[in-house]
Amino acid sequence: MSEPAPHTPAATRPIHYRYFMNLGPQHPSTHGVLRVVIGLYGEYVLSIEPVIGYGHRMHEKMAQSRQWHAFLPNTSRMDYACCLPHQQCYVSLIEQHAGINVPPRAEYIRVITVELNRIVSHLLWLGAFLLDLGAFTPILYCFDDREQALDILEHLTGARITHCFFRVGGVLADIDEACAERIRSFIARLRSRFAVYQKLVTDNIIFIKRTRGIGIITPDMARRYGATGPVLRGSGIAYDVRRQQPYSVYREFDFDIPTGTTGDCFDRYAVRVEEMRQSLRIIEQALDRMPEGSIRADVPRRIPLHAGHRSFSVEGARGEITYYLVADGSDIPYRLKVRSPCFSNLSLLQELGEGMLFADLIATLGSLDLVIPEIDR
Amino acid sequence: METIITGTSGILGMAAVAAVIIGFVFVNATALGYIERKLCGHFQRRLGPMEVGWHGILQMPVDGIKLIAKQLIAPRNVAGILFYLSPLLALAPVALPLLVMPFAPRLQALDLETGLVFVLAMMSFNTFAVFLAGWSSNNNYSMIGALRSVAQNISYEIPILLSLLTVVFLARSLSLRHLVQVQEPLWFFLQHPSAAIAFIIFFIAAIAETNRSPFDLPEAESELTAGFHTEYGGIAFALFMIAEYTCMFINCCLATAVFLGGWQGLWLPLGAYGSGLVFLIKAYALMFVIIWCRWTFPRVRFDQLMNFSWKYLIPIGLGNFVLAALMTKI
Amino acid sequence: MKTYVREILSGAASLVSGLGVTLQALLSRPVTVPYPRKKIAMQPGYRGHPVLTRDFATGILRCIACGTCSRMCPSRCISVTGTQRNGERRKSPQTFVLDFSRCSLCGTCVEVCPVSGLAFSHTCGMAVRSRAACVLDLVKLAEESSCTNTVCLQK
Repeated sequence: MSEPAPHTPAATRPIHYRYFMNLGPQHPSTHGVLRVVIGLYGEYVLSIEPVIGYGHRMHEKMAQSRQWHAFLPNTSRMDYACCLPHQQCYVSLIEQHAGINVPPRAEYIRVITVELNRIVSHLLWLGAFLLDLGAFTPILYCFDDREQALDILEHLTGARITHCFFRVGGVLADIDEACAERIRSFIARLRSRFAVYQKLVTDNIIFIKRTRGIGIITPDMARRYGATGPVLRGSGIAYDVRRQQPYSVYREFDFDIPTGTTGDCFDRYAVRVEEMRQSLRIIEQALDRMPEGSIRADVPRRIPLHAGHRSFSVEGARGEITYYLVADGSDIPYRLKVRSPCFSNLSLLQELGEGMLFADLIATLGSLDLVIPEIDR
Repeated sequence: METIITGTSGILGMAAVAAVIIGFVFVNATALGYIERKLCGHFQRRLGPMEVGWHGILQMPVDGIKLIAKQLIAPRNVAGILFYLSPLLALAPVALPLLVMPFAPRLQALDLETGLVFVLAMMSFNTFAVFLAGWSSNNNYSMIGALRSVAQNISYEIPILLSLLTVVFLARSLSLRHLVQVQEPLWFFLQHPSAAIAFIIFFIAAIAETNRSPFDLPEAESELTAGFHTEYGGIAFALFMIAEYTCMFINCCLATAVFLGGWQGLWLPLGAYGSGLVFLIKAYALMFVIIWCRWTFPRVRFDQLMNFSWKYLIPIGLGNFVLAALMTKI
Repeated sequence: MKTYVREILSGAASLVSGLGVTLQALLSRPVTVPYPRKKIAMQPGYRGHPVLTRDFATGILRCIACGTCSRMCPSRCISVTGTQRNGERRKSPQTFVLDFSRCSLCGTCVEVCPVSGLAFSHTCGMAVRSRAACVLDLVKLAEESSCTNTVCLQK
């Protein structure tokens, strides 16, 4: 009996050739608790079914059952790798709803810390992606590069990972001269490290062979599934919330939106590396132009949320984060909906993965930059 | 039989040689394990093992004791005796080529006329043992790892053979001792350009034969499971690791003997026994390069691995071989 | 044929330059610190568990047991009891129980305290053997430590 060609559709393939395999929920690679049920034919992937929910922590329910200011620690824990955009989205949402103006110095501090967080998150992704591909050293170089930024964030926000730093009306701590000096030296150091990554990773023929032409996401597919962030920009669509719907003080900064051309894994990698460079530019400009003033507006002690709907979007490290508030007049939100970018990015895996080689599936899964607790909330 | 340890011959001599060889296998594996972990640490800008003993030097013996003390668990429905046989089958044949390795003019246990063929024959047992381990484990993923390993090893045997044949053509002998002695004026590696190309092909194919990164799909299957040795714990796993290190070492010794001039070099009056030191230095330098490659490169995908062998190494190896044949004729 | 050769040469060159990067790392000093033999100091802004602050001039605990922190804590991990001591108009805390196993170090309590009576300590590495050991009585902790603590957050 002759074997069917690998690229014939899954439905017509004889059932007894196919075997199922569980990828997760315990993963060798640090994506989180994701279970992917894969139907395989030899090395070829026939069907993918992601099963999520292992990390569901009922954040949105918690938002409905406590006062709005008590939800701030939750926003830090949504996406632990890059949590400040979530915080920024939430406090900006409340500020907009309550009509509170944030002093410009606070906005600049917010931008600096968010961009630092973006760099830290991208470096973590870079290390983990290369670990998935089998390179064991770049992750440690990335962790070494993150240290300075994490120390700066620890000094400002008090923690290295779940920063609870923003408040409605401003931020909690100020960037003084010493801190600004540290940030500048971090920028200089990271700029010199890009050459190292270029030689070790970007030019490496094995890496290129593992990522070029793999996991191609067409612009049409990205649009259909609502993918955002580097996944969308890797496919060539220059959509960045900081440019399309500028919030905070992003209008005042000069930065580029990197895009890819083909939408393969290599393009997504290159987009993220370039985004790190652009974040460094933004931080530099913010430090140079930082206005004087207070870091926190005078807000009333109690801020009831008047009845109505409102949404706010920011550009997180993984894509567009949207918080949608339905308020009913008390200070407990009636409903808070969190749009997680990883959820949309993961949903295109089902269509993308059919017909791939298994090793390519691992590379593609890594290049999507998923943080599963953000998907599960 | 030309034994080496002066003053011994016959049964006692053979027993002494066997003891030395077996001891060397385990000592080598321990030392290499330690070197690998320390180098891994320093490549990653950290320190490696530091706690057990001075700078972690006792880490490997203590790990060995731990592994021996572990309970050997076998899943239900493993294929009988084969499950327990595969670690032994991995280690025992791979230790034998040490008998024919010309470490020094007077440090070779056995000088076979067809020493090279003997070494290659013993190394190919590794493939068999890996496959047996994967198949007898009664585990889907071990089987996939074993299948991949078999395909990989078979594909990379051919470039090894082609590159060694190139040198055999130039030296007109299969005896390892003779191959070293022929390199008296200048190492083969530097003598003929085709020998240099053959060396590079041999080295890359040797890394792939021993399942080392960047060709370590059967072993470090972080995608799936631990590969063919998933179901093995304790001493069985340790035997597989010792077999892998010994296999690596044999390949490096072969490269040293055939391409890098064996015991020659350093131009110091080391004598008939002391020049074994030169041999070991060269072999360990090649080991360092293999370890260096492991901690630098990502893994190659399986079909790219096969592509690389069949579309790059074998054509170049064949062309090189024909070139060498032509050059000896002319 | 030309692309074949070019691919081999450029690929080999990229691999060699990658090897150069790791060699440079091998020859440079490690960046790790052998913890716990050597410890790294926490950053000045690091948030350890909250502690009660004392007034710099008089040395008395600032806390007036108003219960604002307890009401505002998102994790509801604070409970304060206080009494009016003899001859004083203000209340003083008797017990200040903070269940650190539920604390998220968000800073709300430190921020809303009207008298800046709470601050973050620099304690790190709190490993305990039971949940009960996580429940801290900050008044007792303040009595056990004798140094004055005048850290307060910039408002």
